[in-house]
Amino acid sequence: MSEKSGAALEPMIGVAPEDVAVVPTGGEPSLWPVVPRPVLGVRIVIGVVLAAAALYAPFYFQPEMNRVLSQAVYLAIAAMGLNLLTGFNGQVSIGHGAFFGVGAFTSAILMIDYGWTFEPTILVSAVLTGVFGLLVGLPALRVRGLYLALVTLGLAVLFPRVAQKFVEGTGGVALLRPSRSEFSSLIDGLDDDQWAYLLSLAIMVVLFLLAWNLVRGRVGRAMIAVRDQEIAASTVGVNLAGTKVATFAISAAYAGVAGSLSVMIDRIADGTNPILYFQRSIEFLVAMVIGGAATILGPAVGALLLVMLRRNTENLIEGKEVLSPAIYGGALIAIVFVLPEGVVGGVRRLLARLGRRSVAAAAAARPPVVADPPPTTSPDDSH
Amino acid sequence: MTAALLELEGLYGGYGPVQVLHGIELSVEPGHVAVVLGANGAGKTTTLRAISGLISTTGDIRFDGASIAGKGPELVSKLGIAHVPQGRGTFSELTVEDNLRIGAINRRDNGIERDLRRWYEVFPRLGDRSKQEAGSMSGGEQQMLAIARAMMSRPRLLLLDEPSLGLAPLVTRELFARLGDLNREDGLSILVVEQNANLALDIGHWGYVLETGHIAVQGPATQLHDDEAVRKAYLGF
Amino acid sequence: MQLFIEQVLNGIGNGVVYGSVALALVLVFRTTGVLNFAQGEMALFSTYISWKLTTTGMPVVGAIAISMAIAFIAGAATERTLIRPMEGRSPLNVVIITLGLFLGLNSLAQLIFGVDPQQMPTPFPEGSVSFIGDARIQKETIGLIVVLLLECLALWFLLNRTTLGLKLRAVAGNPDSARLHGIRAGSMLMLGWGMSAAIGALAGSLVAAERTGFDSSLMQTILVYALASAALGGFASIWGAVIAGLVVGIADALTIQYVDALDGIEVVLPLALILVVLVVMPNGLFGKRTVERV
Repeated sequence: MSEKSGAALEPMIGVAPEDVAVVPTGGEPSLWPVVPRPVLGVRIVIGVVLAAAALYAPFYFQPEMNRVLSQAVYLAIAAMGLNLLTGFNGQVSIGHGAFFGVGAFTSAILMIDYGWTFEPTILVSAVLTGVFGLLVGLPALRVRGLYLALVTLGLAVLFPRVAQKFVEGTGGVALLRPSRSEFSSLIDGLDDDQWAYLLSLAIMVVLFLLAWNLVRGRVGRAMIAVRDQEIAASTVGVNLAGTKVATFAISAAYAGVAGSLSVMIDRIADGTNPILYFQRSIEFLVAMVIGGAATILGPAVGALLLVMLRRNTENLIEGKEVLSPAIYGGALIAIVFVLPEGVVGGVRRLLARLGRRSVAAAAAARPPVVADPPPTTSPDDSH
Repeated sequence: MTAALLELEGLYGGYGPVQVLHGIELSVEPGHVAVVLGANGAGKTTTLRAISGLISTTGDIRFDGASIAGKGPELVSKLGIAHVPQGRGTFSELTVEDNLRIGAINRRDNGIERDLRRWYEVFPRLGDRSKQEAGSMSGGEQQMLAIARAMMSRPRLLLLDEPSLGLAPLVTRELFARLGDLNREDGLSILVVEQNANLALDIGHWGYVLETGHIAVQGPATQLHDDEAVRKAYLGF
Repeated sequence: MQLFIEQVLNGIGNGVVYGSVALALVLVFRTTGVLNFAQGEMALFSTYISWKLTTTGMPVVGAIAISMAIAFIAGAATERTLIRPMEGRSPLNVVIITLGLFLGLNSLAQLIFGVDPQQMPTPFPEGSVSFIGDARIQKETIGLIVVLLLECLALWFLLNRTTLGLKLRAVAGNPDSARLHGIRAGSMLMLGWGMSAAIGALAGSLVAAERTGFDSSLMQTILVYALASAALGGFASIWGAVIAGLVVGIADALTIQYVDALDGIEVVLPLALILVVLVVMPNGLFGKRTVERV
C-alpha cells in the first residue's frame, strides 16, 4: 500500500531502460513485475510453433470450435488495445467495452442500414472509435488513476443505454443481427467460419506487429516513460498530453476493430444487456493481466485462456449455467494468485531458470531486480 | 559487568535472495549512544530493520538479555524499542497531535497528556502546529515530530535511521543537540545510523563502521572521529 | 413548484441510498487503500441473507442485524484471504480480484437464492408525512436518512474520538510506520473491510425493503451511482460521500423530470458530473491535494 491513500492505482517506479518491460529501481513495487526475456533462439522456435498451430487450426477443428477461436482472436485484439493504454502507458480503463460496442454497432448499422459489405466497415469502425478515444482521452488528462477507472466504467455502463435510445433493430429493441450471407467467405475453398477466423487472425497479426513496433520505438518509450515517471518524462521533452491522448485513441481503435470483428463472428450487436459492455471491459482487463501486462504476447495468451475457461466452465455443472460466472470469477482470482505476472511472465521465468545463460546476459543489460521488495517508507532501501 | 541493552550476534539477513547482512556483531550499552556509519548499500538501514523484526534473519538479537530475533515489529515496539525509519514515517494526513498520540498508542498509564506537554516544550514548533496536518510541515519539523512521537512510547532504546537526511545543516545541528540532551538527561540509549559522521560521532559513545554487511571498524566515538586513517578510508572527511 | 419539491424529495430518497453505499466504498478505501468493486454484490449477498432470515419468521431488525454481523466476518475474512496476499504487488491484481468477486458473488446469489424477485419487508412504518405544501415525504425515506445520519455519526466518533479509530487512521495513512509503533496493521485492515461490509449489508437490506421486490440486479446500477458519489466526494471523507450521494440523487431526479433529451440515458448525468468536477477539482469536492513528490 502506498503512503498516499488516494493513490492506490498510481504507478510508482523509476525510469524505463531500453527494454519493453520496466525494471524497478526504487523500493516501491512496480506496477508490472518484470521477468527477463528468454534467448532469441528460444523465442523464434516458440513463435514458429505458435504460428503453425494458429494457421492450421481452422482446418483441423469444427466450425463451432473455430468460432470460439475467433472469439479469442478479437478478444486478443481488444486486450492488446487495453494493454497499450494500461500496460504500457499506465492509464487504467475499465471502459473499453464501450469502444468495442461502438465498433460493433458501427459495422452492424453500416451493413444493415446502408448495405455495406462487412470488410470495409472494419476500417470505419477503427477510425470512428479512434476519434472517440481521442475525445475521451482529452478530459482523461485531468483525471488520475482511480478516478479515470471510474469515469471509464461509466462509459461502459452508459453505452448500452445510448444504444437503446438511438438504435432500433427488428422488434424495436437495440439488437442488430446482420444476415449470415453478409459474411460469406471471400475466398473459394474456405468455409465461412474458416474465413472469419483467418481474416480475424490476419488483422490480429497486423495489429500486434504494429503494437510491437510502436512499443519498441520512440513513441513506445515515451508511453512507458509517461507511465513510470510523468514528471521526469516531461523534463526530457516528452509531450505528456500528446502521448497520453494518442495512446487512448489508438487503444480505442483496437477495441473498435475487435467489436467490428465480433459482429462477423457472433453475428450480433446487442444493446439490450445493460452490463454486457462492462463485462467486456472486465474481460479485456483480465485477458491482459492473465496473459501478462506490458508484454506483446500476453494479450493473445490471456484471451485464449479466457475463452477456453469460459467455454469449459459453461457446462461444468449440469443445468447450473448460472454458476459459470462464479467459476469464471473464482478461476480469475486463482490465476492472479498463482501467476501474478501473467502466463507470459511465468513462462519467461521458467525459461530463465532453465537457461541461466540468458539470465546472465539479460542481467548484464539491466540493473538487478529485488525479488521481494521490502515494505518501505523510504525511496531507497539498499542499506 | 552490566549486560548490554542491545546485542547483535552473528546476524545475517536481507530481502529474499538478496542478502545484505553478513554476520553483524554490535552492542549498545545502557545509557549510551551507538553510532553506525557506512556508505550507501552497506547495510545500515537493513540492520535497524532486522532489530525491529521487519525482515527475516538468522543469528541472535538480544534486548535486555532476552532474545527478540524473529519477533515482529508490533512486539518489538511494545518491549521498549522505538524505531524512527528513514523518511521519518510521518502520518501525513493526521494532525501533529494525532501523530504524537499514535506514539503512545500502546500505553495504559495516565502520563500521556503530561508527556504531550513536555514534547511541545522541547520542540516548540510542534506545539505551534499541533492541530496542523503533519504532512504540511518541513523536513526538519517532521524529524522532530518523528523523534517526539517515538519518545511518546517511553522507549528504552531509540533506533534512528539517517535522521539528518534531507535536512539543512543548521537544523541537523539542532537535531543532534536535542538527541544529545535526551541521552544525557533521560539516560535514553540510542542507536543511530548516519551518513553525516561528524555530528553523530560528536554525541556518540561508541562507533561502528559498516561495510558490505559486516563491521569493518569499531571503537570509541572520539577515536573514530579523530583517527585520520579511519576518516579518510571510511567516512570521507 | 410542487413537482420540483417532489422530485427533490425523490432525489433525496435515492440519494440516501447512493450515499450509504458510497459510505461503504469510501470507508474501505480510506482504511485499506482498496477500491472494492465488489461492494455492491457483497451487499446483495447480505441482503439475500437478511431476506432469507425474515422468511423464517424472524423480525426484520433482527434479521438485518444478524446479516450485518455475518457480513462483518465475511468482509474481514475476505481481506485476510484474498486482498492481503496482494500487498506489495501490482494494484491491478486487487482490482481483478474485486472484479472476480463481483462476478462470483452475483452468480452465487442467483444459484443459492434463485432468480425470482423477492420482497424484503421493511423495518420502517408505512405511509408518508407532509413536508412542504402538498408535497409528502415517505416515512421510509425519513427512516433511511436517520439511519444514514446515525451511521455517519457513529463512524465519525469511532474514527476521530477513539483509540481504535486512531489506529485505523494510522494504518490507512502509513501502514509500515504504524507497524513500527506496535499497531497490528493486519487487524486494522480486516476491521476496515468488516465494517464496510456490514454497512453495505445494512444499505442493501434497506434499499431492497424500499422497493417492491428485488433480484440479483439490485445493486448493479446503484453501484455505478455510488461510485460516482464517492468519486464526487473525493473518496476523502465520510460526510463527503454522503453529501455527494444526495447531490447525485437530486440531480438525477431533476434530470429525469426536466431534461427530456436525456430520457433513458439519465445515467449520463452522474458521469458528466464526475467528469466536470474532476476536471475542475482533480481531488473531488472534498478531497485533499496530494503532493507529487518527484
